[in-house]
Amino acid sequence: MKNIIQMVVVLTVLSGSSAGILAGIRVVTMEKIEYQQLKFQKEPAVRKIMEGSGMDPMAGRFKIDYQGRKLTIFPGEIDGEPMAAFETFGKGYSGDVGVMVGLSLSSGRIIGMGVTTHSETPGIGSKVKDSPTFVDQFKGEPVESGFKVRNDGGGVDAISGATITSRAVCVAVDEAGKVYGELKEQLLPTKIAAKDGSHE
Amino acid sequence: MSKSIAREFAKGLWSEIPPFRLVLGLCPVLAVTMSVENGIGMGLATTFVLVGSNFLVSLLRNVIPPKIRIACFIIIIATFVTMVEFIMQAYVYPLYLKLGIFIPLIVVNCVVLGRAEAFACKNPILPSLADGLGMGLGFTLSLSLIGAFREVLGNGTFLGLQVFGDAFVPFGVMVKAPGAFVTLGLLLAFMNLVPVKK
Repeated sequence: MKNIIQMVVVLTVLSGSSAGILAGIRVVTMEKIEYQQLKFQKEPAVRKIMEGSGMDPMAGRFKIDYQGRKLTIFPGEIDGEPMAAFETFGKGYSGDVGVMVGLSLSSGRIIGMGVTTHSETPGIGSKVKDSPTFVDQFKGEPVESGFKVRNDGGGVDAISGATITSRAVCVAVDEAGKVYGELKEQLLPTKIAAKDGSHE
Repeated sequence: MSKSIAREFAKGLWSEIPPFRLVLGLCPVLAVTMSVENGIGMGLATTFVLVGSNFLVSLLRNVIPPKIRIACFIIIIATFVTMVEFIMQAYVYPLYLKLGIFIPLIVVNCVVLGRAEAFACKNPILPSLADGLGMGLGFTLSLSLIGAFREVLGNGTFLGLQVFGDAFVPFGVMVKAPGAFVTLGLLLAFMNLVPVKK
């Protein structure tokens, strides 16, 4: 009996202090990690989506509230048509898969997207980021159309061997659709909205 | 006393150097040694975890009940690995991206658990620290060596700098998985040629 109590106490104290220490380190490093992800993950994805944009999406980025958390919006514009890119997440095989979705704000269609952060299996799930053919399927589709992989009765071809990862991307895009549906007005960068109010 | 600490440190560098003599922790040895930079990064991350876990395991060796020692070791190791993950993300993000999934996998690296079980839980703090540091640096050395072989032959570069002239055609296979096995096999064979004095 004494043994069991000792074991429980030791394990509890150990796990508790471990959680405490890690939470502390997370708080200290969070801001730096966010900056690094912005620089090395989000910026390349946004730049690719917004190629030819008349305004700098990085310089013009702003935050809006969405379901209690801050969502960073990267605005852009091609030929006077306003666009916005932002990152949403879906549950992948191991952890969240982040997807940067770029939309045309006048038509609600996807103009480009790219996977940002993920921790999927190298060589299998990681193809979702490395091979452009998968994400290219979404290009030009209305963002609110509700995406599903073929296994689930939808129209998206999953990456073979990585159905869960492919599903995560669909979930993330649907999330982006929800953001678009609910917060359309807020996605419009104030500068463009002021210059040309006819879009909404 | 100081002599034995020096010996605990030195054994990790030669007579018990982890991948070559103990043949432990081969997953990162094979998987991330495409380049010297990867090898050094992975090695140093593992060293940090080894030193930290050896220290804590040795400190708590009289508190941890023997029946649940493995669970306790894993908690300690996992804490240090998560720490490394946060720190790498905050300060060396590009390297973190390259090593990716293999950083969290340090938790299940046999070298780390092996040293906790075989050494740190039976020895005082100072020798345990020396053991962890020696083993970690030995591991780093081995990974960098394999990385150097593979990077020079497979890519014609060393730490990203061009080694050969334009006439050199890299052996692409060396930076792929078979190259890792070939390099490790050759180095193991070479290490076996050199006897260890007991």
